[in-house]
Amino acid sequence: MLEIKNLHVQLEEEDKQILKGVDLTVEAGKVHAIMGPNGSGKSTLSYVLSGRDGYEVTEGSATLDGEDILEMEPEERAAAGVFLAFQYPVEIPGVGNMTFLRTAVNAQRKARGQDEMSATDFLKEIRAKAKDLKIDADMLKRPVNVGFSGGEKKRNEILQMAMLEPKMCILDETDSGLDVDAMKLVADGVNALRDEGRGFLVITHYQRLLDHIKPDVVHIMADGRIVKTGGPELALEVENNGYADILAEVA
Amino acid sequence: MALPQVKLDATDARLAAMSLPDGGWSDAARKDALARLRAMGLPSGRDEYWKYTKPDTLVQPDAPHAALFDGDTTPVFSDTDRLRIVFVDGVFDADASDDLTMENVSIERLADAPDIHWARDLYGVLEAKGQTPVERPLAALNTAFATDGVLIHVTGPVARPINLVYRHKSEHSDAILHHVVKVDSGAEVTILENGPAAARFNKCMEIDIADGGTLHHVRAQGRDHERRAATAMFARLGAESVFKSFTLTANGVLTRNEMVVELTGDDAVAHVAGACVGDGDFHHDDTVFITHDAVNCESRQVFKKVLRNGATGVFQGKILVKEGAQKTDGYQISQSLLLDDDSQFLAKPELEIYADDVACSHGSTSGAIDEEGLFYLRSRGIEEGVATDLLTIAFLAEAVMEIEDQALQDEINSRVDAWLSRRRG
Ligand SMILES: Nc1ncnc2c1ncn2[C@@H]1O[C@H](COP(=O)(O)OP(=O)(O)OP(=O)(O)O)[C@@H](O)[C@H]1O
Ligand SMILES: [Mg+2]
Repeated sequence: MLEIKNLHVQLEEEDKQILKGVDLTVEAGKVHAIMGPNGSGKSTLSYVLSGRDGYEVTEGSATLDGEDILEMEPEERAAAGVFLAFQYPVEIPGVGNMTFLRTAVNAQRKARGQDEMSATDFLKEIRAKAKDLKIDADMLKRPVNVGFSGGEKKRNEILQMAMLEPKMCILDETDSGLDVDAMKLVADGVNALRDEGRGFLVITHYQRLLDHIKPDVVHIMADGRIVKTGGPELALEVENNGYADILAEVA
Repeated sequence: MALPQVKLDATDARLAAMSLPDGGWSDAARKDALARLRAMGLPSGRDEYWKYTKPDTLVQPDAPHAALFDGDTTPVFSDTDRLRIVFVDGVFDADASDDLTMENVSIERLADAPDIHWARDLYGVLEAKGQTPVERPLAALNTAFATDGVLIHVTGPVARPINLVYRHKSEHSDAILHHVVKVDSGAEVTILENGPAAARFNKCMEIDIADGGTLHHVRAQGRDHERRAATAMFARLGAESVFKSFTLTANGVLTRNEMVVELTGDDAVAHVAGACVGDGDFHHDDTVFITHDAVNCESRQVFKKVLRNGATGVFQGKILVKEGAQKTDGYQISQSLLLDDDSQFLAKPELEIYADDVACSHGSTSGAIDEEGLFYLRSRGIEEGVATDLLTIAFLAEAVMEIEDQALQDEINSRVDAWLSRRRG
């Protein structure tokens, strides 16, 4: 589904290479986790895949179901099925959460040639999904992420994911800042979306999230590359021993 | 001090083509206004108060040509049950207007008012008072030469908003309207204004709100791209009275809106707000002067401007707190969203305080669209143009939310929305 080949990325503003040849394939129906030390390029990878400005791809490719996504505008990638749950969700004063989500849902439907969702259907669906994530009606009405606690912001990301039903879900440290119960809610939200047609790329520092969202594959990223790939046991190894051994082994 | 020759010449040139209308009871006020005007002269680009806005086209003898807009003509406020008073190129149109009778209010045409009239104590009086400390010559010109307008006396709660509708049908029309509104103690009214009015429009509204009276004012200036307008409102507020005014300006090559408010009774509240969206050849100027002359009054100024393709926005806002006006709560914010490098926002916020127990704050900012927010919206599938518009409406929200009535808020928002989506194509 998502195929990243030899991806090299540098910053547009300065001559700094951040991704130095990432190779990664996420198959439909699978959950891949990425772990790695701070600053290794995990968020950069997620931004490059979702189309944020400021990065220049100097080599390599990224395709979703064979389509080159790097050439697309961010909104086209979203319509194609890419979704990023942000490490730091953005506050948007003055835009109601509900208005935002309805605009997004309908924009994607329109881009895919589907009919808009009626206001009542939308309301029914968002209420049900918000309830599962313990997001109350007040949070839906408030401006996007404004005044939300860290955990509320992360749950709001998952709500968006649930409403947009993307093909390829990228979660960047969605577990950070969550209390134990919220982590369970978020994991349930993700697991509810798991199905054969959908791929997940879960960026995390901790084994805990992976207890709830069982990954099929775990990658270790260091200095802009995937340096090791393995099964769920790799995450446990990191949890117990840190990165030193792994990094020494591949050096 | 003698006026500079250029100013004298410009004033003479303008006045040469004008004659005082036969105003009956207002004759004395008109003559006084003319004398005031001759003493100060019409504004010129050298005047400090006109530093950011060129007054030439507002001053010159003939109104510059302004093409009529032939796009969508559904007037704003159409969804509101209102009493319409229609002016076409500055002339009252009885046939197009609704029946002017309504409970708790009397509405008369300026020209028809009998000789002994309540408005005699207000016509030109609040305007004259508003000439210090800053001169407002176009308002004096208005008082002297206004050919039409309405006198509204509110004696109790008024059920329906009164809507002054200004239609523009002639490409060279030069309209001067003067309204007087008197709100009695405990009375309450909403006044709406909309329409392009004329090729050149000079409008003055004097407002006197007695103790405990309330006036809501919502205005939408828009549509005709080439129209020019200079408007002035002079409001005097009694104790515990409330005055809330909001203006949306979309289009118009030149607009100068002056707002002069004097809080003369304790515990009065004045909120003035404005949202403007300008594209291309567009110059919008909000000039506000609020005087606190009583204890425990609150004033708020919230002005937001969205500018693109070389549009210009101006804000000159002042809070003057007089000696003894303790417990004043004064707030002022003016902000612009510049959608490109060609557009500009010029702001001159001022505070002048002669009381020691006051809380006043002001701020002015100019910024571009929030790139982080834009990317966030786009990453959810919202196309760049739509995302920009969402952020634009969000930027204006603080000003629009100053409108108390939710339905009117919605109407204003849908106007902005329509304006934005027309530009998106
Ligand atoms: N816009 C930028 N300007 C300068 N440096 C940047 C920029 N974006 C990323 N970097 C640098 O690139 C490297 C990778 O950053 P990135 O945020 O992708 O790391 P990460 O793996 O997500 O780290 P963390 O685990 O702390 O979230 C870091 O050294 C970071 O400082
Ligand atoms: Mg990161």
